[in-house]
Amino acid sequence: MKKLFLLGTAIVALASFSTMGYKVGDKAMDFKLKNVDDKMVSMADYPNAKGVIVVFTCNHCPFAKAYEDRIIALDNKYRPMNYPVIAINPNDPDAVAEDNYATMQERAKAKNYPFPYLVDATQEIAKTYGATRTPHVFVLQKSGNDYIVKYIGAIDDNSDDPKAVKEKYVEEAVDALLAGKPVTTDNTKAIGCGIKWKS
Amino acid sequence: MKFSLKISIVILLLSFTVIPATVRTVNMEQLQQDTQKNNDTLYVVNFWATWCVPCVNEIPYFQDAYKKYMPKKVKMVFVSLNSAKELSTVEKFVQDKNLKPEVLLLSAGNPNVWINQVDSSWSGAIPATVLYRHGKKLYFHEGDFTADKLNTLIESKLK
Repeated sequence: MKKLFLLGTAIVALASFSTMGYKVGDKAMDFKLKNVDDKMVSMADYPNAKGVIVVFTCNHCPFAKAYEDRIIALDNKYRPMNYPVIAINPNDPDAVAEDNYATMQERAKAKNYPFPYLVDATQEIAKTYGATRTPHVFVLQKSGNDYIVKYIGAIDDNSDDPKAVKEKYVEEAVDALLAGKPVTTDNTKAIGCGIKWKS
Repeated sequence: MKFSLKISIVILLLSFTVIPATVRTVNMEQLQQDTQKNNDTLYVVNFWATWCVPCVNEIPYFQDAYKKYMPKKVKMVFVSLNSAKELSTVEKFVQDKNLKPEVLLLSAGNPNVWINQVDSSWSGAIPATVLYRHGKKLYFHEGDFTADKLNTLIESKLK
């Protein structure tokens, strides 16, 4: 029974690990990760940005695929307003081969990604941010040299059908920030593929 | 084992093999009605999808546990989070893998609403597993299981 209790505690500890990470209002760390063009990218490379839309995504996940065009549209809309998208693939390619670097390069080229698509090879950034699934969005607002988390969650309320979307969560968040208003819905949940952690 | 019990188990097993695999599409209310019943059966509810690699990997453990614990008032329900458009994909998967437990396809609208109804700590990543008895949630886990962990968990809740 004691063993069971210990196991139970271990499971609870493991489960609570996944809920760690940033909350709205936290300061987010910058990163320096390899882009699909072999160059390293940081948020600091965007001196004029008012903020950044960080999207944890990947190649293989059907939800990531379903949102691919919408992520491109977000960057096309908000990059000119100084809220660029930075996409980060946190998945262990040993767990899902399709999420390897070469396939990321192919995907970015095929879809002509206007935003960087970075590899979080150590998974440190995804863990620090508290990303759990793909796609998982963190909208950050720049304040001096800091990046403050203003929104965490889904892109919108309907992965299945872009035409049936009623709530465009990320757009509403960025629009509010651009207008100097508080973000009304600052945390949402969505079904997604769990991030494939290294074992 | 009593002879009559043996017969009834054989009949029970036969009934599962004869009935073709069907997947019922349900909304949140129907899912709750099906799994949060006020009885002493332990409901093991697993959220998965055909495209989810770790989900598919752990399904055999659930199948084995289903066979092992079925006589002990354990009911297992697989809740597919595939798109409603993929019903035939799910049905084919159920047939190919010869899934014995009941399989439902959840079509529940805005996930930002219904994920919290399942568990407020759930990020939405799958697989995820919930245990209910007497209509009350006993356990929630986001992530996959090993066969040992799943069996240990079910046994701990049967005591």
